[in-house]
Amino acid sequence: MSSIWVYANPKKFIDTTDRFLPWVSVLAVVCLVIGLIWGFFFTPDDYRQGSTVKIIYLHVPSALMAINAWLMMLVASLIWIVRRHHVSALAARAAAPVGVVMTLIALATGAIWGQPMWGTWWAWDPRLTSFLILFLFYLGYIALWEAIEDDDTAADLTSILCLVGSVFALLSRYAVNFWNQGLHQGASLSLDKEENVADVFYHPLLFSIAGFVFLFIALVFLRTQTEIRARRMRALIVRDRMKD
Amino acid sequence: MIALLMRDIRLATRAGGGFGLGLAFFLIVVVLVPFGVGPQTDLLARIAVGILWIGALLACLLSLDRIFALDFEDGSLDLLATAPVPMEAVAVIKALAHWLTTGLPLVLAAPLLGVLLSLPADGYLPVVISLLLGTPALSMIGAFGAALTVGLRRGGLLLSLLVLPLYVPTLIFGAEMARRGIDGLDTTTPMLMLAGITCGTIALLPFAAAAVLRVNLR
Repeated sequence: MSSIWVYANPKKFIDTTDRFLPWVSVLAVVCLVIGLIWGFFFTPDDYRQGSTVKIIYLHVPSALMAINAWLMMLVASLIWIVRRHHVSALAARAAAPVGVVMTLIALATGAIWGQPMWGTWWAWDPRLTSFLILFLFYLGYIALWEAIEDDDTAADLTSILCLVGSVFALLSRYAVNFWNQGLHQGASLSLDKEENVADVFYHPLLFSIAGFVFLFIALVFLRTQTEIRARRMRALIVRDRMKD
Repeated sequence: MIALLMRDIRLATRAGGGFGLGLAFFLIVVVLVPFGVGPQTDLLARIAVGILWIGALLACLLSLDRIFALDFEDGSLDLLATAPVPMEAVAVIKALAHWLTTGLPLVLAAPLLGVLLSLPADGYLPVVISLLLGTPALSMIGAFGAALTVGLRRGGLLLSLLVLPLYVPTLIFGAEMARRGIDGLDTTTPMLMLAGITCGTIALLPFAAAAVLRVNLR
């Protein structure tokens, strides 16, 4: 068994992900189709929330992935700072836009659900607020990547921003809790069974979460490959120019 | 280090240094708000703390890009990088100079501007203390943001985008402390949290700022 760091070689990374990408994509589609169709059409309406409860199949997985995407970026940034593997920095870069979209989906579905249930599109509830702040962090991170021309400088600066940002995002999360008690219900999922949603909703939800996870992996693979190829292309163009 | 501090303060206070710009901005924000929300005294009294904090925060933001940009352009930052003083210390000193020339005047001006916003009499002390505790964190976080964007030609807007989310916890605890003070509630918890954030940023962020500066000077 070779070490995980062989995938720091861009060629090896592209070869391996190329082999996995179709499988992961198919798995993502299958899980999403099963989870969403099962969830939307074959589960009963909630006795208080009616059919609006079904937005959970989009809301919970996207919220979960919005946070996990940031965690993945944090790990990738750490790997870049410690071992300076370019693939790692590019993977962090590739994950950020996916994370933003997940955050937006979570905020939008939450607003759509909140309008009939809480009677408002938006409330300054701790969870909602911390997601909005997370969205701002994503925006800043992406803007910094875009603003800097030199690739290595950009990778260094964004990974340090990611580290500092993580600390402050966590701090904001608890500060916001202190600032306002919320409307939002407790966790829909947790490892101790007591707090979970009822089983009828739980099983399709697992499928759609798995679907979102595979979707995220597939997108990050694809986007990282694109980044690697774009960079390789730039290098080739520069080399070509040097010849003349 | 003291020489560097004195130099930065001198540069900031002399003509063209931008000293007073933050103060003037603070004044204008506070003057404009009653035009926006209406002159009712009780309404103004309720939102006075928030306006003072937001005004101070924005005024602080306004002068952030001066922390490193000028030194980066004329090359003195390169000299500082090769000087025997470690980069971390440079970052702290720069943040301290920024606080002395921007944050401290804001703190001192806040009670005066509080009069304009009909801040309740119980509010003056909590507002001043919360600003006094919070603005050093604003300067230090801002110094980190300024270090991040120092190499960019048009970094100003990006700087605000990067720094504003980082200001959230400081703003929450600072304004909360002042509000509780006005309502006659116990301010210990938010005050300790605010002080903790300030101490934490001063202890840790210089390392991040120095690392970022080294990358930008490469």
